[in-house]
Amino acid sequence: MLTLMLKRLAMTIPSLIGVVIVTFLLTRALPGDPAAYFAGPAASPEAIEQIRASLGLDQPLPVQFVHYVIDLAHGDLGSSLTTGQPVAAEIAARLPASAELTLLGLIVSMAIAVPLGILAATRPGSAIDHACRIVTTAGVSLPVFFTGLILVYVFYYLLGWAPAPLGRLGIFDSPPPTITGFYLIDSLLTGDGTTFMASLKQLALPAITLGLFALAPIARMTRASMLAVLSSDFVRTARACGLASYTVVVTYAFRNAMLPVITTLGMVFSFLLGANVLVEKVFAWPGIGSFAVEALIASDFAPVQGFVLTMAVLYVALNLAIDMLYGLIDPRTRMDA
Amino acid sequence: MKRRDVLKSMSALAAGSLFPAPAIWSEAKAQSRQETLLAVSESGPNNLDIHGVGTNRPGYEVSWNTYDRLISHGTKTLPNGVASYDRDKYVPELAEDWTITDTSATFRLRKDATFHDGAPVRAKDVKWSFDRAVTVGGFPTFQMKAGSLEKPEQFVAVDDHTFRVDFIRKDKLTIPDIAVVVPAVFNSELMKKNATEKDPWAMDYAKANTAGGGAYKVAKWTPGTEVVYERNDNWKGGPLPKIKRIIWRMVPSAGNRRALIERGDADISFDLPNKDFVELKQAGKVDVVSSPIGNGIQYIGMNVTKPPFDKLEVRQAVAYAIPYQKIMDAVMFGLAKPMYGAPEGAPIGIDWPQPHGYVTDIAKAKALLAKAGLPNGFETTLSFDLGAAAVNEPLCVLVQESLAQIGIRTTINKVPGANWRSEMTKKEMPLIANFFSGWLDYPEYFFFWCYHGQNSLFNTMSYQNKEMDALIDAARKAAAENDQPLYEASVKGFVKKAFDDVPRIPLFQPYLNAAMQKNVSGYRYWFHRQLDYRTLAKA
Repeated sequence: MLTLMLKRLAMTIPSLIGVVIVTFLLTRALPGDPAAYFAGPAASPEAIEQIRASLGLDQPLPVQFVHYVIDLAHGDLGSSLTTGQPVAAEIAARLPASAELTLLGLIVSMAIAVPLGILAATRPGSAIDHACRIVTTAGVSLPVFFTGLILVYVFYYLLGWAPAPLGRLGIFDSPPPTITGFYLIDSLLTGDGTTFMASLKQLALPAITLGLFALAPIARMTRASMLAVLSSDFVRTARACGLASYTVVVTYAFRNAMLPVITTLGMVFSFLLGANVLVEKVFAWPGIGSFAVEALIASDFAPVQGFVLTMAVLYVALNLAIDMLYGLIDPRTRMDA
Repeated sequence: MKRRDVLKSMSALAAGSLFPAPAIWSEAKAQSRQETLLAVSESGPNNLDIHGVGTNRPGYEVSWNTYDRLISHGTKTLPNGVASYDRDKYVPELAEDWTITDTSATFRLRKDATFHDGAPVRAKDVKWSFDRAVTVGGFPTFQMKAGSLEKPEQFVAVDDHTFRVDFIRKDKLTIPDIAVVVPAVFNSELMKKNATEKDPWAMDYAKANTAGGGAYKVAKWTPGTEVVYERNDNWKGGPLPKIKRIIWRMVPSAGNRRALIERGDADISFDLPNKDFVELKQAGKVDVVSSPIGNGIQYIGMNVTKPPFDKLEVRQAVAYAIPYQKIMDAVMFGLAKPMYGAPEGAPIGIDWPQPHGYVTDIAKAKALLAKAGLPNGFETTLSFDLGAAAVNEPLCVLVQESLAQIGIRTTINKVPGANWRSEMTKKEMPLIANFFSGWLDYPEYFFFWCYHGQNSLFNTMSYQNKEMDALIDAARKAAAENDQPLYEASVKGFVKKAFDDVPRIPLFQPYLNAAMQKNVSGYRYWFHRQLDYRTLAKA
């Protein structure tokens, strides 16, 4: 197990080096001139040149790259021009916000999609199967900002059930002391029930929005893999032996059908983390996606590079975790290693 | 302790923390709600230092409210009933009074004024701050230059409470320039403590910390999320503000900002889209105010170095082919001051902006185009800044449609915000839709940037004309020397020339919109187009 992990880790090093080089070159290849952008609305060409020099952008590319790599080796991702803060601090503050929202969205999505997929697979062609199809189609075809705005309109504006869409906490709630950066967990750890409820309320609508969007691939994958497993020999044998239908479906079939579902989950999680920028915009969520997009619009290189690098590291870690999970679910994959 | 007891006490603990005494809690909340103002807007500051590299517009707001200047502007009521700063009236802020001679201005500072850390405000702080503004380069230095404030030697700390500015030339804009956002007064001791050899002006420190003595202190700043201010109870620069705490939240979605203000959760929503403004006004649930942006014009610019825009008839043809009224109705929802259709033969005034005489007249435009030798029209590109797409995009589509009627076929080129400035610098775009506004509300200031042959960045048309330059220079000189007849003649002269030669076609003067709850009062329009919290009150 340990050697497998080490092997996997070693394999990620070249891809990370590639990510560093590519993001550096890509951000430089972007159209737009950060010096002109940040020189402000009334800048003269000399002022723009002054700013270019102070940002180090007048240096040749290889020199800029060497500076970047040296800083990176010291754990310095540079400073964002749009927010004026060090990128590492920004990402550390924003990543938990995005991760908390994405995880909760994923849980919501799984809570609906997995049972729906199983039910659809056990009764193909039935009403529930059609319902599953409709829900998944609707899930992918409704854009998240649309679902988000509709939810805000109905539950906040019309009904007044949800709190104002003002980010992670209402304006008069103070955040719990930072332990993990996840408000739900931190408030529980410090026994602060009020803050827990407040942040759960704030999370509800954006998490549901994300959940609805992520529903489709999970439900479809659960259904497909359940169908395949249910028609396999060992299930037929179990049925022939007279095992209860629940035992057959949940204990035997579901466990075997989980592998592809887990793979899908990993993929869905990583794309949600980056792609929930629209949800973050709608709910004024101080997440990492909206941060990266704003930086991109302003040709603010450092945050974009930091964001891509963080995402790459996360992706690698996630894949590693999923590989480990495979081993737990399916002992055969352990043998292969 | 038995297991059961442990469980019991744990559940009691959990219950206690989940349900704290609700009565006390909500009362405290209601109390703080009354003393707190919640403002929402699209984006927040990127830097708390007005002299910083690339400080954005929301950053001006922080500086304006947390730092003092020597002098500020009084208040007047605009014709539409909205309270506004008074361009022509100066009021004391850090300076108690001042005297202006032909060669210098001397300011006597308040003796009781202190910075947020309690240190008294001295003339050396003012000198250090002015020196910083003219030395650090970029926008602050440039803005100081606009008022002929260029060298540290100009600024003299005579004694602890007397500060003198020596003029390098006579310039009417010197005093107005001392009242803009840039010459904020910094706590020089605090700043020097945080300066390093590489960073002698403490730019790094001031990015995220304020070192001023203004009416509000920044209690917390989370970039991209919120700014929380507490009132500075020792503020001496004016009447003590009514509101103790300001929470400024960034809400990127316009729809949600509107929901927040309509539900009564936000107290003030600043810089809202025209469509929302019109609908909120109709609904009547909240107060909406709208004021024309001083010295600001949305225009169509034609690059006179790019044929066929070098031909006067072509430019005039375009000016006659713009669908002015449609733009006002469909793009601006009627919320802008028309800058076209002045009655024929109407005298040109000395106010700026003022409407020109062109109207939509397709037949006339066709005739002019034929006269220019282009009866079949031509092809060109119409560019705009995607950063201001809400106005520019529909505007350009309407212009494209209308120009097609006279045979000018345009392709719309959407330039991303980050790219717009560098595209402007190149001066390659033949036809653009753009907006410009000047802080200093004087016609010669606008013309100096937009029409003068020095060909600044804002002369997007690359328009160079000796006669025009002479008129602009004459107006600046006459203003400095207080020669009113010559000043008026020169202003009228350059306005007429701009309309006759028409390198840029003014469309309208946009409005700055804000919506607030009915119990909020004291809103003021300022030239910097940001909120001043100091006059706001909540009933």
